[in-house]
Amino acid sequence: MTRPSDIFEETAIALLANKARSGLTILGIVIGIASVIAMVSIGRGAQGTIQSSIEGLGSNLLTIAPGVLQPGRGFVSSGRGGAQTLKKTDADALANIFGVRYVSPEIQRRFQVTSQAGNNTNVTVIGGREEYAAVHAMEIENGIFVTSANDRSMSRVAVLGPTTAQDLFGQDGDPLGKTIRINKINFKVIGVLKPKGGTGFFNPDDTVIIPLSTMEKIIAGSDYLSTIAISVTAKDQMAPVKEEASALLIERHHVSEPDFSIVSQEDILGALSQVTTTFTLFLASIAGISLIVGGIGIMNMMLTAVTERTREIGLRKAIGARRRDISLQFLAEAIMLTFVGGVIGITLGWMVAVGISRITGIATIVSLQSIVLACSVSAVIGIVFGYYPAQRAAGLNPIDALRYE
Amino acid sequence: MIECSEIKKSYIVGGAEMQVLHGVTFTIRTGEFVAIMGPSGSGKSTLMNIIGCLDSPSGGSYALDGQDVSLLCDDELADIRNSNIGFVFQSFNLLRRADVLRNVALPLVYAGMERHEREKRAKDALGSAAFPEEFWHHLPNQLSGGMMQRVAIARALVNNPLLILADEPTGNLDTKTGEAVLDTFQRLNMKEGRTIVLITHERYVAEHAQRIIHIRDGAIVEDSSVKNRRIADNHHDETK
Repeated sequence: MTRPSDIFEETAIALLANKARSGLTILGIVIGIASVIAMVSIGRGAQGTIQSSIEGLGSNLLTIAPGVLQPGRGFVSSGRGGAQTLKKTDADALANIFGVRYVSPEIQRRFQVTSQAGNNTNVTVIGGREEYAAVHAMEIENGIFVTSANDRSMSRVAVLGPTTAQDLFGQDGDPLGKTIRINKINFKVIGVLKPKGGTGFFNPDDTVIIPLSTMEKIIAGSDYLSTIAISVTAKDQMAPVKEEASALLIERHHVSEPDFSIVSQEDILGALSQVTTTFTLFLASIAGISLIVGGIGIMNMMLTAVTERTREIGLRKAIGARRRDISLQFLAEAIMLTFVGGVIGITLGWMVAVGISRITGIATIVSLQSIVLACSVSAVIGIVFGYYPAQRAAGLNPIDALRYE
Repeated sequence: MIECSEIKKSYIVGGAEMQVLHGVTFTIRTGEFVAIMGPSGSGKSTLMNIIGCLDSPSGGSYALDGQDVSLLCDDELADIRNSNIGFVFQSFNLLRRADVLRNVALPLVYAGMERHEREKRAKDALGSAAFPEEFWHHLPNQLSGGMMQRVAIARALVNNPLLILADEPTGNLDTKTGEAVLDTFQRLNMKEGRTIVLITHERYVAEHAQRIIHIRDGAIVEDSSVKNRRIADNHHDETK
């Protein structure tokens, strides 16, 4: 029986004997592995970004919206605000539920907003109370947030998201104390929010926040709420609060079935991660195809090698190599090719992932999982695509092989 | 040591059975130097394959060193070849990418011997085959034909086999180097008592052996000792 160290040495000699061919075959695997690593890292990165930005919307957040979500259609596709059932008194009642920290009743509309300089932008204007900032984890960069005094007095004051501030007043302009016009009504800017980063679906940086009462009476002309956001004291309180809030609203609305829907962050995350998982899978399978092509390259090379080395195989068998010795030798060559390709591919894939996020700003995450996956896939490819050529070599008849020209 | 009795071998060619050996019987004793001679197509290569345990007879029995090998499986035959037989081929069959020492030690790799011991034995075998030390680390394509055949002979010797089987060992060599190789065989036979079976179609080459088994059309037509044996007196002065 051949010793492992001898098999390794034979393999190295055989592969180095034809560097160009070995190199090109390895390149096939390198491209396959690198694209799997890079593609999966993009998918994972997207998942991570979405997760963190949804968590950034506020922690332990429950959102109540009027109307019923169609089962299976999810939160994102729901076109909320269609029905008008939620009122400010509902919000006040919800505040008494055990486990609720803050309740933020909100009205959202899109309006054209203009600055005195003549810049204008179409943004989401949110009518909210003081609690809005706490519930949605908003922080003030400059100035102050909407206060309860503002709300009581229906003040015409506005807090700008950083994107909106920039749109209206430019990169260097100081919006504080300036006047903006929302729906042709003048508002004084009292604060600018810190940037949070967009979620892709709703950008919290591109908003204008005004007192709820001002929104109701002056801008929207309606006291039906778009949403009620509830921040819950602890994660384990989410389920009981959701249940109790639901029961309370059913009772208050005198209905038997809910005419509203309550969505938690987990629900949104669940729906979105389903999308990103599909996305990741899609990218990975495209990359997987190139990995298979690389494997076929290995099989091709090994079959050529078996044919070229027929006489050598005949000699080895004549001087006492068993079937196993021959098949191990060729299998080892295939595995060595995929192993080297795998190592280079992982490094390259990693570099590509880092490069992508440097250049495009898309977040990428190279997970240990994807490296382990890539390694095992390349090992399997080496074995699978090396097996047939190895068997062919081992099965050669020494007499015929020695005579082969 | 080699006992062949009624060895038959037939192949199926295009649906028809073609008998190559029609019951060949002979014995070769330890220490003999025998030539098996015959024209091409006589069945001598088939007989060599059977003696060399590369092939099994379709009929009859073949015992090597008292062991009947006609019924063994491929891997068992591989082990027998590895430990009992040293092959020397017409076209040398050296590994192109491996140096002389590695080529010689190759049978020991399959015997699972560790490197140090392997190299020691390979060096001894190269000495027996009168191969000069300065070329130990050359690749085969840097050597002359005669030198390559010496490497092959050393490889055949390295596992200390019962039998050295040489198939037209001088076929690819000019007369002078051929003579030197035959001299090596004669010395191995006379000085080390090696058993050698030489397959050839040339009477001149065969006459270097002690005994000639003459084969024609798959049967032995003559089996006699050589009366005027040729002694190769060329004492390896052809070191390139």
